[in-house]
Amino acid sequence: MLSINGVSKRFDNGTQALDGISAKIETGEFVALLGPSGCGKSTLLRLLAGLEAPSSGGIAWDEGKQPGPGDVGFVFQDATLLPWADAAENVYLPLRLRGRSRSEVAGRIAAALTQVGLADFAHARPKALSGGMKMRVSIARALVSDPLLLLMDEPFAALDEFTRHRLQEDLHALWRQSGKTVIFVTHSIYEAAFLASRILVMSPRPGRIAADIRTAIPEGPNRRSAAEYISLVAEVTSTFRQVMPA
Amino acid sequence: MSQTLERAAPFAFGLLVLGLWQGIVWALGVPPYVLPGPIAIVAAYLDDYAILNPALLSTLTVTFTALLAATAIGVALALAMAASRLFRAAIQPWAVILQVTPVVAIAPLIIIWVNQPFVALVVCATIVAFFPILSNTAAGLAATPSDLLDLFRLNGATRLQTLFLLSLPSALPNFLTGLRISGTLALVGAVVAEFVAGSGGFASGLAYRIIEASYRLEIPRMFAALVLLGISGILIYAALGQLERFLLRRRDGA
Repeated sequence: MLSINGVSKRFDNGTQALDGISAKIETGEFVALLGPSGCGKSTLLRLLAGLEAPSSGGIAWDEGKQPGPGDVGFVFQDATLLPWADAAENVYLPLRLRGRSRSEVAGRIAAALTQVGLADFAHARPKALSGGMKMRVSIARALVSDPLLLLMDEPFAALDEFTRHRLQEDLHALWRQSGKTVIFVTHSIYEAAFLASRILVMSPRPGRIAADIRTAIPEGPNRRSAAEYISLVAEVTSTFRQVMPA
Repeated sequence: MSQTLERAAPFAFGLLVLGLWQGIVWALGVPPYVLPGPIAIVAAYLDDYAILNPALLSTLTVTFTALLAATAIGVALALAMAASRLFRAAIQPWAVILQVTPVVAIAPLIIIWVNQPFVALVVCATIVAFFPILSNTAAGLAATPSDLLDLFRLNGATRLQTLFLLSLPSALPNFLTGLRISGTLALVGAVVAEFVAGSGGFASGLAYRIIEASYRLEIPRMFAALVLLGISGILIYAALGQLERFLLRRRDGA
């Protein structure tokens, strides 16, 4: 999919957010960028989206994978919906910005809403939706343009535990069905372990990749209690103990 | 129950004060050229409505023309300031200077420079009224959520798309707050300009009637004109408040 080649980012105020990050992301992977606050994981995501430029190093896309407008779906920490537009209109937005008419893409909008379980809420305004439902609309909006790459910046951090578990399970199933490449920023070891096929552990000040862990947890309803899941959580936890500055 | 009570409270209080006022005027035998009672004021209005109503209409025409001009200028400047930091830096101090200069001080100049009386009054009232619209709209545009701006960028939105689909609708509440403040300021500006112009002898508005009545010691008529101004101010404020609630409810859903 893409290679991150020695990417560093220093902000104008002198903060070194990222230092010499290198990684190769394969198509179809679910990569969790896991680390404590201030390790530069959100900055790395913004670099991948093209919202910011690296100070040095670069991102090389595989042949034919260089994204154009709308080829990268981005889900923010807040749902960031337009409060004056209903769910369907919010999902329509990325296509509207590229000049597609509403009637032309009505089917895709409905399909995206169905994909996140909100087929019955197409005409609800954000005000009438719960936090979890707003996040689902936000995910549908990121999926509607069928992006090559889905970038998610701690999307579930503001939700309660029960809603978070539901959304994690649904996102995992969605990734397995669609085979999309997902890069997911989180500071929760449990979330990374449950969702990802690969965990990039990051250490702070400056942001570096401390470990690259591939996961293999059997699919099924008992993923959260599987022995592989528990040992993965233990492994990541002990990695952090080694790499975190005191 | 308590809500009805709350709604009735300002009217009940007003009636109480009016009753006390009338009672004191009667009890102490205050002559009407010092302080007329409410009854004398209403009587003065009924005697003189043929003069007062056209005067009110004239003042309100100036007010609303000025409010329209203030809205156009305020929003246009706010948009230009949002589009260009250089323009913002160049314009902002001058807008503030215009705002802090009392209109009474500039009105005589404007009345000399603009020899069409109606236009001169509108210019004065516009100068008083445009600043709240400008500053509130500019603040609203500057507060466009940055995540949504990123989302628009990621999807290759043009500047016009970002403006019409994102920045303007998200600045709507701020604009409406500014509009409500400007509505009453436009009335104040119109009255002040009429006062200054009144001595120039070409005004026909309520302020001119107030000056005229005070020269002739027709104090009840003066009060009647004042009451009309007060009611107009309240109605403008309330109407713009209703417009605000209506537009925001329409925008965000019930």
